[in-house]
Amino acid sequence: MSYLRIVLHHLAKDLKLEWRSRDAITGMLFFSLLVVVLFSFAFDPTAAVSRQIAGGILWVAILFASVTALNQTWTRELRNHVLDAQRMAPSPASALLMGKVLANFIFVTFIQIVLAPLFIVFYNLHALGQAWLLLLILPLGTWALVMNGTFFAALGLRTRNRELLLPLVLFPISIPALLAMVEATTGILTGDVDPVLWMKLLAGYCIIFTTVCVLLFETILAAE
Amino acid sequence: MPETTTTTLAASLTGVSKLYGSFAALRNVSVEIRAGTCVMVLGENGAGKSTLLRMLAGLIRPTMGTVQVLHSDADAECSRIGYMSHAPMLYDELTALENLLYFEGLYFPTACTPCSRNAERVLTAVGLDAKLARPVGDYSQGMRQRASLARAILSDPELLLLDEPFSNLDAAGAAQMVSLLAEFRTWPMRGDGKTSAQRTIILTTHQPQLAEALADTVITMHAGQIVNVTERAR
Repeated sequence: MSYLRIVLHHLAKDLKLEWRSRDAITGMLFFSLLVVVLFSFAFDPTAAVSRQIAGGILWVAILFASVTALNQTWTRELRNHVLDAQRMAPSPASALLMGKVLANFIFVTFIQIVLAPLFIVFYNLHALGQAWLLLLILPLGTWALVMNGTFFAALGLRTRNRELLLPLVLFPISIPALLAMVEATTGILTGDVDPVLWMKLLAGYCIIFTTVCVLLFETILAAE
Repeated sequence: MPETTTTTLAASLTGVSKLYGSFAALRNVSVEIRAGTCVMVLGENGAGKSTLLRMLAGLIRPTMGTVQVLHSDADAECSRIGYMSHAPMLYDELTALENLLYFEGLYFPTACTPCSRNAERVLTAVGLDAKLARPVGDYSQGMRQRASLARAILSDPELLLLDEPFSNLDAAGAAQMVSLLAEFRTWPMRGDGKTSAQRTIILTTHQPQLAEALADTVITMHAGQIVNVTERAR
């Protein structure tokens, strides 16, 4: 209970900081909007083609946009050496990670909510499968991205080129999750493929990586 | 240094070295710091003062030797240590009170909600208006130093580590900081039955004249080594 309280305490702080600065949301929003609009102009897809490619475009847009926010997620902690003060506090290090993951999850979900209607309009989308399953795939996929992204952004904290390092590490490690997200989303949009298997794969990926990241975070944070 | 028993030691370093590649930030440092004293650490830039403080704070580990702080490893006792570095260790976007309430929530998570009374009390003690709505990023350097000190003493630490607390302060601000620290030493400890009754302050500075009134011991460092320890009669 105390752990959850600390996680929520970190979350509240991150939401407040974002509300004041709007650094992450603004960057993500403009980037993802640009990707969606540019792809629609570049391909000018018909409805049938849209259903085939929209899953990939959606998740690649979200992945790229997330990286802009994830790169900044620890910047605030490094500025003024706040991270040192957090390291000295007697609260669990993993609570800091989980607070940040939840905050990033909320930011990316907000972007998806803004993006969804635009996506439907620009790509003339109409799901032929069970559209309600998207309500499961989107949070699962988002969790997979932000969990790994927040963790690997922390891993690169003490490196000089951390903005470059994050995508270099995150993208390859996200390939299984990305594949599952795209296949499941495409399956729902086209109605050709059963998305459940891909969703199970995605859920398994989330469980494994969440456990590993939480267990390793204290070591990462204490590394000199 | 005079004979001391382990029960009266706030910190002790035995044969401590810290290497960064081939560069030795600390070289075979051994020192004992008595509880309840104020220790001033002097030395030129790069002498190892900040490394020493960060090690006592548990933020870095020695490459060789042992560090004991409050009778345990430094990182095990970090909740009983207050640390103020060159940087304010506060969020620029939040007000001083919001910053302190955040850290209070990390230090005392069992409380239903962080008690704003303690944070306000500490801010008032360092001479800041707790109701100030400006974010810390808009503060003057002196105000940031005070807010940083407020964060360091928020958890009622037994050992307070201050890395150049007078830098960027004018004469009046520095004098105020000194009197704040003198007052802090007299504050009653939070009664948890575990802590001793004496507060210890270790500070580094390039302006020894400012902390003269406070210091019981003066340690001089050069090139990662302690070259002189002087006990001062007060």
